[in-house]
Amino acid sequence: MTITSPGAAALRGAVGVAHTRVEGRDKVTGAARYAGEIPFAELAHGWLALSTVTRGRIRSVETAAVLDMPGVLTVLHHGNAPRLNTDYIGMLGVPPDPTAAVFQNDRVPYAGWPVALVVAETPEQAREAAEALVVTYDEEPHDTALVADHPGAYPAEGHMPAETEKGDLEGQLAASAVVVDARYTTPEQQHSMIEPHAATALWDGGRLEVVDSNQGTTWIQGELAKMFSLDESSVRVRSEHIGGGFGSKGLRAHQVSAVMAATALQRPVRVVMTRRQMFSLAGYRSPTTQRVRLGADLDGRLRALEHHSLNQTSTVYEFIEPGAGVARVMYDADAHRTANHVVRLDVPSPTWMRAPGEAPGSFAIESALDELAERCGVDPIELRLRNEPETGPVSGLPFSSRNLPACFREGARRFGWADRDPRPGVRRDGRWLLGTGTAAASFGAGAGPSTAKVTAEADGSFSVRIAAADIGTGARTALTLIAADALETTPDRVRVRIGDSDFGPAMIAGGSMGTRSWAWAITAAAGELRERLALTPDIPPEGITVRSDTTEAIRALARKERHSFGAQFAEVAVDTATGEIRVRRMLGIFAAGRIVNPLTARNQLVGGMTWGISMALHEEAVRDRETGRHYSPDLAGYHVATNADVPDIEADWVDDHDPDDPVGIKGVGEIGIVGAAAAVANAVWHATGVRHRNLPIRPDRVLTAASTPDPAEAAPSDGGAADA
Amino acid sequence: MREFGYQRAHDVAGAVALLAADPDARFLGGGTNLVDLMKTGVERPARLVDVRELPLDRVERTADGGLRIGATVTNSDLAADPEVRSGYPALTQAVLAGASGQLRNMATVGGNLLQRTRCGYFADVTKPCNKRSPGSGCPAVGGEHHNHAVLGASGHCVAVHPSDMGVALTAFDAVVSYETPDGPGEVPLTDFYLPVGDTPHRETALPPGALITHVSLPPAGVAARSRYRKVRERASYAFAIGSVAAALRIEDGLVREARLAFGGVASRPWRAHAAEAVLTGARAGGETFAAAADAELAAATPLPDNGYKVPLMRDLVVSVLTELAEGEAR
Repeated sequence: MTITSPGAAALRGAVGVAHTRVEGRDKVTGAARYAGEIPFAELAHGWLALSTVTRGRIRSVETAAVLDMPGVLTVLHHGNAPRLNTDYIGMLGVPPDPTAAVFQNDRVPYAGWPVALVVAETPEQAREAAEALVVTYDEEPHDTALVADHPGAYPAEGHMPAETEKGDLEGQLAASAVVVDARYTTPEQQHSMIEPHAATALWDGGRLEVVDSNQGTTWIQGELAKMFSLDESSVRVRSEHIGGGFGSKGLRAHQVSAVMAATALQRPVRVVMTRRQMFSLAGYRSPTTQRVRLGADLDGRLRALEHHSLNQTSTVYEFIEPGAGVARVMYDADAHRTANHVVRLDVPSPTWMRAPGEAPGSFAIESALDELAERCGVDPIELRLRNEPETGPVSGLPFSSRNLPACFREGARRFGWADRDPRPGVRRDGRWLLGTGTAAASFGAGAGPSTAKVTAEADGSFSVRIAAADIGTGARTALTLIAADALETTPDRVRVRIGDSDFGPAMIAGGSMGTRSWAWAITAAAGELRERLALTPDIPPEGITVRSDTTEAIRALARKERHSFGAQFAEVAVDTATGEIRVRRMLGIFAAGRIVNPLTARNQLVGGMTWGISMALHEEAVRDRETGRHYSPDLAGYHVATNADVPDIEADWVDDHDPDDPVGIKGVGEIGIVGAAAAVANAVWHATGVRHRNLPIRPDRVLTAASTPDPAEAAPSDGGAADA
Repeated sequence: MREFGYQRAHDVAGAVALLAADPDARFLGGGTNLVDLMKTGVERPARLVDVRELPLDRVERTADGGLRIGATVTNSDLAADPEVRSGYPALTQAVLAGASGQLRNMATVGGNLLQRTRCGYFADVTKPCNKRSPGSGCPAVGGEHHNHAVLGASGHCVAVHPSDMGVALTAFDAVVSYETPDGPGEVPLTDFYLPVGDTPHRETALPPGALITHVSLPPAGVAARSRYRKVRERASYAFAIGSVAAALRIEDGLVREARLAFGGVASRPWRAHAAEAVLTGARAGGETFAAAADAELAAATPLPDNGYKVPLMRDLVVSVLTELAEGEAR
């Protein structure tokens, strides 16, 4: 047949127009199947048994009694599990977390470490047997406490340099009219996505199939292939619908143990994590302890900036939560020093969580700037505008675009900032003290190499295949709009298929890079396809397919500071008699490049801001001091914001156009949480006159602070003594 | 898998008989707490006797003008009952401050009184707990106890009772009626929960095998001017870190009658008799209210990390009583 010329509707463009999710109906009617509920014939069920000691060695795994229990098929543990290859660097440039490489030795590096997988005919049988399984240990003393001056702390790189330094910090601090020197802490946070990790593994004609819930099928394909020493072509990973990931859904114990069991039993095996297991198996955001020192002239211009961040990691895996990284982008000073340190404790391995580094780091630096504004008597927005850098404060590179001032101006206008009385503790509504606060936000706009296949079908429609992941963001819909515009057709004539490693290498849904990376590949393939179609009017029955690969294009991208920016505003009410804090309204204005689908982009930004409220006021995974184990590791004990905690939240954006960028999309997955907790904390100060530097701002902290003078508030405000 | 029997009872005598036939049986009401505890292995009943079909689902006015609340009345129905709303507003407020809409639709009055503590050590079978496993120890005393008891606790257990409903019922002199194989009985709610002492696993004064059938309230009286305030770190779907149910009758500036009970600070809903004694006959006002709170809280024995609850309760008592007094003045 002959392809028709694009209609008038297509020329208007789909990108930028609100579009409901293409799979929305399937999700709300239950037709969309998630990894743990897809039926398989002959399916067996694995249940992970986790260590109940915090450090030591496994003395014995008493399998005999359990193997006699009804339905039990096998018990895998370090004494019988196949050896895995863990000596590799994965697609994201890091080695595997040994938590995922299960049952390789008798060491127990933390509580909740996987020690066995019990496989049975039903999940109930497997669970009963796993809970009955007796494992004996030789216990060793543990250290699970993150403290600021831990002797084991050391600088660590992760995805960025551990430390940066320029200028004479102590000299500039000494020369500063105003100095802020404060310590901040953020707690351990759990991802708490609604869908737990779930995987089914089976061998099909010599090929390993894994049906999973993850943030990148080719990522997991590559990890499993390397770990089990298989060709990548003999591993297929699918992940159609994902009920949230937030950084946690990578390679984990459930996939690896399911593959081991499926191999041993030669039948499909499913392993699903429980909510409680996720607390030790699924990664988490490390608690941080941070110190910020700012030195400024009386007008608030920074002379000195130091941001030091320390996080914990496990003894078996190094993960850095780079809290000090945000200062390398946001603020310049004559003397500028940043450092990310880590300490190895007998705790589970942390991992990426929504805005890793920026979320806790922005709480510290944006709180410190608010303190500086207070001391200088300068409006907090004006203070930030006076410290807008011309180029990257550490890199010296130009910004691709930096529309932070526009965010603040628009946000201030809509929030009513101009009418704000800067004095703290003077507004009251009944028993509530009221205050407002603001903070800046930024998050990197990177891209990862991706491939895409775009097919012109014989019926005149188009198919797109890309190993993208829609972890609830609306990525599938966004890519449909991108493809429609690139093909100069309408979204209803484009079918986007994602979540299958057979579609070829692609970036993961992570780092706010997914949509930018995938859109790039789809646009490239679609462009070439249109050229082909112009030359080939007749489409054969199998269609015409063009494949793209953005590896070279990404490599050729000019070196620039590429980031999204934003301005966060919050109004809170605080009852200092009961310690209750309620957020009354929030506004976030962002400069996040081209917005593909306003509906789902707003959803992402509001979701991030909501998590910011939750981070500021609620979330805190608590560790029992004596045992080093979690206290109440479930959603009854780990509180996230409820609907009643989330007031009127508004998110919007300003134009953020970069004519030199080939895609123009920056990603909106993470920036919504950045600065949000600081805006809330700054508003609590404005309401009460008390600074809260430790999250979450619990009622007991409000009550205790109300009866205890704040040492920093009591200190002379003219600084001078730089390093007290 | 862990199997258990399930039977549905259709009359009170039959329910009591079914339970008596099996020492490892439990009554099942809404299941909003028991089923969770079964999932986590804290409870391992051999048999569940479902009492939701029993004809105990009515709120009735008694001859003396009080209320007789059936044990299977749901939280939602209790909160919405017109007699409760007008005569005992703090009871409606307390019920609505608890759990979520879905849970309140399932949870029952009898089950609410018998729900277990949400102490994280009690809920985790891999950790010691004197309440769950007598003699194993109480890790909360030296461990995590931000939300634990400051009144009436012992070194053997510092868990708090989680009920909101029970706090208002305790303030209003509710009486619990029950049925046993040996016949019926009743006990005032203030005596329903046993002191912790060295037997935290023994929680109520109910005889073995007893089924709660009703909770009775005396005529409304002072309760008609009552309030319930609950403090929690998030706005919904969280247990109290401290709560107050209070009622005041003020004449000529003097407190003629007072009812006061605390939640979230003790192993049971805590009737504040000492505070009531200070209030009764005294001049209504901030000083009296603070003195009343101090009288009750003088017995507080906070641990290192829950001492904030003492000023919190003091502030909360003053705040709620002031609100009530101002309401009276209008």
